[in-house]
Amino acid sequence: MHRIHFWTVWASTAAAACICGCNTSSSTPSGSTTATLRVNPDAPKSGAIRIVSSLPRTGSAKQQSDTIVNGIKMAFDEAEYKVGDFTIEYSDLDDATAAAGQWTAESEAANAKEAANDPNVMVYIGPYNSGAAKTSMPILNNVGLLMISPAVSAVGLTKPGKGEDNEPGVYRPTGKPNFTRVVPADDLQGSYGADWAHQLGIKSAYILDDNQVYGKGLADIFRDRCQELEIEVLGQDSIDEKEQDFKPLMTKIKSTNPDMIYFGGTTQTKGGQICKDMVAAGLNCKLMVPDGCYEAAFIEAAGPENANGRVYATFGGLPPKNQVGKGKEFVEKYQEKYGSMPEAYAIYGYEAGKVALEAIRQAGVKDRAAILGAAFLIKDFDGALGKWSFDENGDTTLKKLSGSIVRDGDFEFVRILGEEKN
Amino acid sequence: MLPLLAVADTAPDWFTFFLQQCINGLTYGALIALIALGYTMVYGIIGLINFAHGDLFMLGTFLALTLISAFGLDTPDASSGAIAVGLLAIFPIAAVFCGALNLAVDRIVYKPLRRAPKLAPLVSAIGVSFIFQNIGLLWKGPADLSVPSLVPRTDFFSDPTLEFTVKDLFLTLTVLPIMFGLTLLVKYTRLGKSMRAVSQNPTAAQLMGIHVERVIGNTFAMGGALAGFASVIYALYINTVGFQIGYINGLYAFTAAVLGGIGNIPGAVLGGLVIGLVRSLGAAYVGARWATAIIFGILIVILIFRPSGLLGERTREKV
Repeated sequence: MHRIHFWTVWASTAAAACICGCNTSSSTPSGSTTATLRVNPDAPKSGAIRIVSSLPRTGSAKQQSDTIVNGIKMAFDEAEYKVGDFTIEYSDLDDATAAAGQWTAESEAANAKEAANDPNVMVYIGPYNSGAAKTSMPILNNVGLLMISPAVSAVGLTKPGKGEDNEPGVYRPTGKPNFTRVVPADDLQGSYGADWAHQLGIKSAYILDDNQVYGKGLADIFRDRCQELEIEVLGQDSIDEKEQDFKPLMTKIKSTNPDMIYFGGTTQTKGGQICKDMVAAGLNCKLMVPDGCYEAAFIEAAGPENANGRVYATFGGLPPKNQVGKGKEFVEKYQEKYGSMPEAYAIYGYEAGKVALEAIRQAGVKDRAAILGAAFLIKDFDGALGKWSFDENGDTTLKKLSGSIVRDGDFEFVRILGEEKN
Repeated sequence: MLPLLAVADTAPDWFTFFLQQCINGLTYGALIALIALGYTMVYGIIGLINFAHGDLFMLGTFLALTLISAFGLDTPDASSGAIAVGLLAIFPIAAVFCGALNLAVDRIVYKPLRRAPKLAPLVSAIGVSFIFQNIGLLWKGPADLSVPSLVPRTDFFSDPTLEFTVKDLFLTLTVLPIMFGLTLLVKYTRLGKSMRAVSQNPTAAQLMGIHVERVIGNTFAMGGALAGFASVIYALYINTVGFQIGYINGLYAFTAAVLGGIGNIPGAVLGGLVIGLVRSLGAAYVGARWATAIIFGILIVILIFRPSGLLGERTREKV
């Protein structure tokens, strides 16, 4: 009998761990709206200000985040780590663990707490993943610390009425927003993706997601827009990102014979393997992926021979090669300094760094509330991404997205999305 | 007729669909079975659940990937003959590598704990699993890596909706002979006889003149070699490797071994095939993300009603 107990307990634990691991969503509201933000008149007007970034510095997002950090550093270098009488100190925190291969809620929460508890930290740049933002937003909101994300794009994080019912209020225990982002949110990316599919002549699509905040959110928006455009949605499935092979799923999709598969997810949640397995299962349709897969690591994981001419990628901005004006200058300077082409999000890191400096400059004092207030008042910012402003939710007013296709093992820019709505 | 045929070309009927899912399931299951054999052999002989087995397998896939590029099999000008010869060489190298590694781990980590309480080697095995994972992390980095597709994907069926490729055949063909070979070895050879004796009662076996440590060492080497063999097949079949694959595949393989009746060789293969089938049919008819939950659900049910597993004997008491 001893043996029964051991096996049964072990198996139940393993099963429970798997089921729990499948879903990492929903945080609980704390509900308190007592704290109000006030500018402290005695706040220092000189001294050291610390800016931290929290990005996945290990795992397959490393390549991308290396170039984001380079972008942030470039912004600070140009200002010579000085704003008025303040000196800037920058720390590059990691919200991923090597063991997980991607961001973890624990690491992101630890980074947020570290930043919140350090009175010198005035700006938090990050995170990279929408799920991570759910973890750190309430922590940093409670202390009124300005967040500027270079990459997070889930809709519900900022836009009332577009995500879950309790979003975004649940991330703002003080009732006042503290989260801004320099990338357009996914309501644009998901629906522009569907518009693009429509223009490509797609009549039917099968939708997959990774069951995470970012991926599932995008997949749902894509699906809704498909229905408006009368693209037939043949089915929607969530995958288990720990799974190694998706052949059974691909067989199932093959039987519905779609023109396109849409995957809401990232390279880290098996975007590459999906591409590989759809080819292996003999599916000849197109695959559309969002900016979470818009990186060299995706093509590497998928195998260029599988991705070429088949994978369409949307991205919440313009690729480095297609930047104009100050964006082009950034890319040139980046190449000169680091000797390689930046990944897609590097320029957003650079812009986030610039915005942080601008908010500190406008506030003129070392005070979290003042700097946060100043950031939300940024209008017509003449940055590397063009001229843009933050709206009252902390979203950028930029609406220019791009579509690329994989050719010869690289993403090739095809067109700007959202310039002309059909 | 013609439009009907055209429809039949693209959308399979329910039976073809089911058949295809069974093929998917059995091929993946065969892979799990190969890994499970190593688990079950080591358990059978010293009652140790070797948690490091999955990660040993992972290191094997890394070696396979390294050898594939070292032999230049991933270059476009590699002829199919060169690929065949190269692959034939990679199999024994990976098997020897993993076998030797497993043997070394036994000698260094498990042997000193032979007379310790059961929990001590079990915890050590978990430790070795972490060490292997980190070696893998240092070796190839944290990102998933693509293995070039070297085995042809020629389909045996003319029906476009049904696919059973050379690759699938290659995979299933290797598992069955290995299983039969192992069963025969355990049943009829001198080594097999001593293995069974050690498994039943190591002290008595030693009194009968059996070199117990040598038999255990042989078992570890064989189990490791099987993991090495499986790792090459895995790399060629799944085409993606990463330092974390040992965990999930080890978990599936361990489950397969328990499901079939741990310590039982045909049981491990049966368990592997069942898991493969459940996984694929679960993904097809219930939902892709539920497959793992269904597998463990079934495992729990089986353990409640048949704790010794599908083919296990009820007599032996090991843990």
